[in-house]
Amino acid sequence: MSITISYTSREEIAVHKFSWVAALGVPLLALLLQTFLARPFRFITIFDLPLLVTIFFGVARRRPITGLITGALIGSVQDYLAGVYAGLNGIAKTIIGYFASSLGLRLDVENPGSRFLMTFVFYLMHQVIYTAIDIVLVGGKGVPNWGRVLLSAFANGLLAVPLFSLLDRLKIRG
Amino acid sequence: MESFYTRYKNPLVLIAVVFIQAIGLATQIQRPDPQSSARTGSTRLIRVWAVSAITPVEHALISTGHFFRNTWYGYVDLHNVRKQNLALQAEIDHLRMEKAQLSEEAGQARRLQALLGFKEHFASATVPAQVIAGSGTEQSRIVTIDRGASSGLAVDMPVVTPDGIVGKVKDVFRSSAQVLLINDRESGAGVVMRQSRLQGILKGSSRGQVFISYIMSDEKVEVGEQVVTSGGDRIYPKGFPVGVVTSIAPDRDNDPFLAIQVKPAADLDRLEEVLVITKVADAEPDVLAGPAPTRAADVLAQRLPGVPASNANKAGAPALPGTTAQPATPSTAGAVQQPANIQKNAVGPGSNAPLQGQKPAAPVGQPAGLPKRPSAGAKPQSSPSATPAPRSEEKTEGKTGENAEHHNASPATGQKGTRPTPRPTPSATENPPR
Repeated sequence: MSITISYTSREEIAVHKFSWVAALGVPLLALLLQTFLARPFRFITIFDLPLLVTIFFGVARRRPITGLITGALIGSVQDYLAGVYAGLNGIAKTIIGYFASSLGLRLDVENPGSRFLMTFVFYLMHQVIYTAIDIVLVGGKGVPNWGRVLLSAFANGLLAVPLFSLLDRLKIRG
Repeated sequence: MESFYTRYKNPLVLIAVVFIQAIGLATQIQRPDPQSSARTGSTRLIRVWAVSAITPVEHALISTGHFFRNTWYGYVDLHNVRKQNLALQAEIDHLRMEKAQLSEEAGQARRLQALLGFKEHFASATVPAQVIAGSGTEQSRIVTIDRGASSGLAVDMPVVTPDGIVGKVKDVFRSSAQVLLINDRESGAGVVMRQSRLQGILKGSSRGQVFISYIMSDEKVEVGEQVVTSGGDRIYPKGFPVGVVTSIAPDRDNDPFLAIQVKPAADLDRLEEVLVITKVADAEPDVLAGPAPTRAADVLAQRLPGVPASNANKAGAPALPGTTAQPATPSTAGAVQQPANIQKNAVGPGSNAPLQGQKPAAPVGQPAGLPKRPSAGAKPQSSPSATPAPRSEEKTEGKTGENAEHHNASPATGQKGTRPTPRPTPSATENPPR
């Protein structure tokens, strides 16, 4: 008999559900804003809204399979829209979605500090995975500017706090 | 007892999903399709669906933004002004609004004039387009424009602004298209230095910088030198501005070569209106600006006018259509004294300098009554057979006005000022963009 060690209360490990509108609309809106706002506001590329949405849904649903599928779908569509090889963001966000869901089962990820830290780490992890896939599978030579990656991770962590609070309102509490 | 699958269901699903995507990724890379973009080979349909689903929303967002902006500036703001001012003040404000509108229209007119001016000079058919979206990531430099296959766009068409080249069409959908910018790491373009005439390949980097590769490290390149397209990639029009050299350093990846960083002439971060060149003027008019090609036999004939001219007449050469054959007279001896002038003015195929105050001597077999060679831009008045047909390379190289300036920029033409490179001429096809 295995015992799952959890640092969350029973209430916190409750699996949250979302309406179909939220489950489809939020990722689509994130993808849309990411591509639409990047034109007039170049600095928006420092954020990765699809990644934030992947993390949020993964953590909130707390089901690894659902989380990884959510990440795979969001990442793949992001690849199609960005014009890069389909699978780069797909694989990276699949893994992030899986780990975010797994993390949600074990840790309290609902307070702002943990959300910032979690997003910071997941963003770095995402960039490492993305770069590794790019180099190993695609044969790319581009190594990201890690200083900028750190800055982006920090910015995404900061954005995650209010964004996740906003998205919390979409949860269906049963 | 738990089965293996039940116990490790989550990791197994993760591995399976990642594996499937990795296979899909590998399939895209291993399928070089010369007819289409390799990055979209196996995912074309899904990509079309994704973009087609997003593009209408982006169109709607832009339209909504324009609506609110127009409503604000055209009604709400004006309404507030009217409420706060007297009739005279309202009139002044109205004039200010009108002035602002006129100023906006004047700016737009200037932009359109620039676009039109470009169109006249470089391309025979262009489609103006508006940038509606970017890639949203730092990993790719791609923008989406609001024109697609319905406007006649096709893959690999060059996209430019009056300032310089922007990129090429990467994917075309029904009402939109994705443009691969020149600072994307997958892009490539054949370029040439305007002054030193060195040729190289323009490539982007993962950080959005633009570099020129395949220029030997012993070549002399100066910062500030202008870079133009060479036309060797068969995508971008020749002689179109690319940018300015900003730094020069040894290329660590390609040791004997330089890595020359270029600042793009077009502001790639603030693209709004672009032109897609749907048809490049690859066929030039028959009337070229440069002098007629002079054969060695003709020069010899001019230096020895009596013998060949009389021979020609003795042979009873028929008069060319539209011309009047005249027997050799001492007046043709005037041609003997003019070759120096011809040589002086014959500066190259691209030259449009007229023979100032001189009348070109009639070559052998060409009667003196043959109409003078028309100037640049004029239509030929004589029969095509009366004027020596220009060579094929002259058809593409000889241009007039600004075209001549740009099109003469190719070292391949062997013109004056051309600096030959000791290595094979690079072209974008050597390193095709993925």
